Amino acid sequence: MSESIIIAETSKGAVAPVTAELVSAAIAMGTTPTIIVPCTDSSIADNAGFEGAGRTIAVKGGCFENYDASSWAAAIDAAAPAGTLLAAATPQSKDLLARVAARRGLAVVQDVVAINGSNLTSPIYSGKAMQTVALSGDAAVSVRANIFPAANASGADVSVVDQSGDVATAVQEIIARASARLDVAEANIIISGGRGMGSPDNFSHLERIADVLGAAVGASRAAVDTWDDIPHSMQVGQTGKTVNPNLYIAVGISGAIQHLAGMRSSKYIVAINKDADAPIFAHADYGIVATWEETLPVLESALSAMMA
Amino acid sequence: MNSLSEREKVLQRTSGRQIQPLGVGVNHMPNIVVLVKRVPDTNARIVVNGDRVDLSAVKWVISPYDEFAIETALQHKEAAGGSVTALTLGPAAADKVLKDAKAIGVDEITRVWDDSWGELDSNGIQSALADAIGQIGGEVVYCGKTAADTGAGSTGPGIAERLGWASVSNVSDVAFDGGIIATAPAEGGAAKVAVSGNAVITCDKGSIKVRKPNVKGIMMAKRAQVNVISAAVPAASVTVVSQSPPPAKPAGKKYEGGDSAAEVASLLRDEANVI
Repeated sequence: MSESIIIAETSKGAVAPVTAELVSAAIAMGTTPTIIVPCTDSSIADNAGFEGAGRTIAVKGGCFENYDASSWAAAIDAAAPAGTLLAAATPQSKDLLARVAARRGLAVVQDVVAINGSNLTSPIYSGKAMQTVALSGDAAVSVRANIFPAANASGADVSVVDQSGDVATAVQEIIARASARLDVAEANIIISGGRGMGSPDNFSHLERIADVLGAAVGASRAAVDTWDDIPHSMQVGQTGKTVNPNLYIAVGISGAIQHLAGMRSSKYIVAINKDADAPIFAHADYGIVATWEETLPVLESALSAMMA
Repeated sequence: MNSLSEREKVLQRTSGRQIQPLGVGVNHMPNIVVLVKRVPDTNARIVVNGDRVDLSAVKWVISPYDEFAIETALQHKEAAGGSVTALTLGPAAADKVLKDAKAIGVDEITRVWDDSWGELDSNGIQSALADAIGQIGGEVVYCGKTAADTGAGSTGPGIAERLGWASVSNVSDVAFDGGIIATAPAEGGAAKVAVSGNAVITCDKGSIKVRKPNVKGIMMAKRAQVNVISAAVPAASVTVVSQSPPPAKPAGKKYEGGDSAAEVASLLRDEANVI
């Protein structure tokens, strides 16, 4: 089998679970992956061993303290062997992958959701169509989360490479999110509200359920455009964020093509809408035809009882 | 190096390397390039005929995030002087989005293309655009964080790497103080990042409000000349096999009344296993 290189996804100073899914994607491509862990503390690579994967290389460097695309790409390029590159299709890793690929003259295929040998399928036009491409030779491939099964963990055969890069940007200030809640781009569960919520104040009902589930709160474009209190950072859809969570709960959202484009690939979709003909129901695994006022209290107490 | 600002000195200490100020001296006027892409209107219905998307009936527009890039490029020029060139890659049909950019206020419009090119993969597109930016003499490049057709987001960072430049992606706000201070997502929130020297900035919607073309701009755009240039590209190693409609989702379960939320909650745990 030919070799591939997985750039491990890291989050909060640890290797993120999606990395195990990348191992399955690499194996589906007929390759044996080497795991590259960019880090400032190489001990985090001890959790980056997986059945079916080869060795793990902790790339340890000062540049990895804050994200800086050019130094990260230079350090990873210097430490990683040749082969097809894989990374998670998160905004940061897609950006990093594109830079590493450019250093190596590799073509990039982003947001892959299906692999059939060297044929890769990704959504195009925000999911309104799918495109399958064929690779001839090595490439750089980002893979969406929650598509491939996670490979089982195994003991990691870690080698540490001290390798930093020239940092080209300087972080002046970190602006912490006002809310402790996750961003929609990071969350595995999202509960979103639309204009059907009636007013931005009513989003507090969504926030309470989000807190029970450890979920992020999102919004439709209509809600963001209508109410100044709902920031664009919450917007899910074609001009907002494209999300791919395990569970997406749409409340008071009709399901405009703009919104569907951003969330249709969620693993499970729940729709709550008083209009039985709302297009969102065609995409829902579980649809509830009712007002949010009568539904959310029941949902909140049922979920609270379960999670207790 | 007396012309370095305090911010640049911080940057130099942080990065441990020599920082070249953007251009020469405080009065240097930057050559700004903004990349624009022609894409189907995001409200367009995407039809598949056979094994290819059929775009013969769609309305074409500037990719929405590129509009934020145009606005940011114009703000950079207003802060620092210089000029803004809108650059696109494509056949003559792409001139329309260049003229749209001209109407909004860019100074020059350039298209890179060669009829002898075959199918271009990301490697070819980035090579051609990086070559074109070199021909224009660009010093700072703005583009959308992704294009509305592919959604890939590879072009900005890929070009930066080919040019050996810094890049900051998914930027929601930009301030100018001789260099660029870009606000971009970071773990747990956002970071204000200082960039000196040449850079590619990819723009998100964020707080950027775009200006609309005025009558004078539209009149000037009609008369504007598109500079057409060529570039060398490598052969494609990724080729399109087929395009198809998204897979239809099997019908879900539908309930009436808010009380059914309790049953749905149970199914999420016991059937879907997602909570």
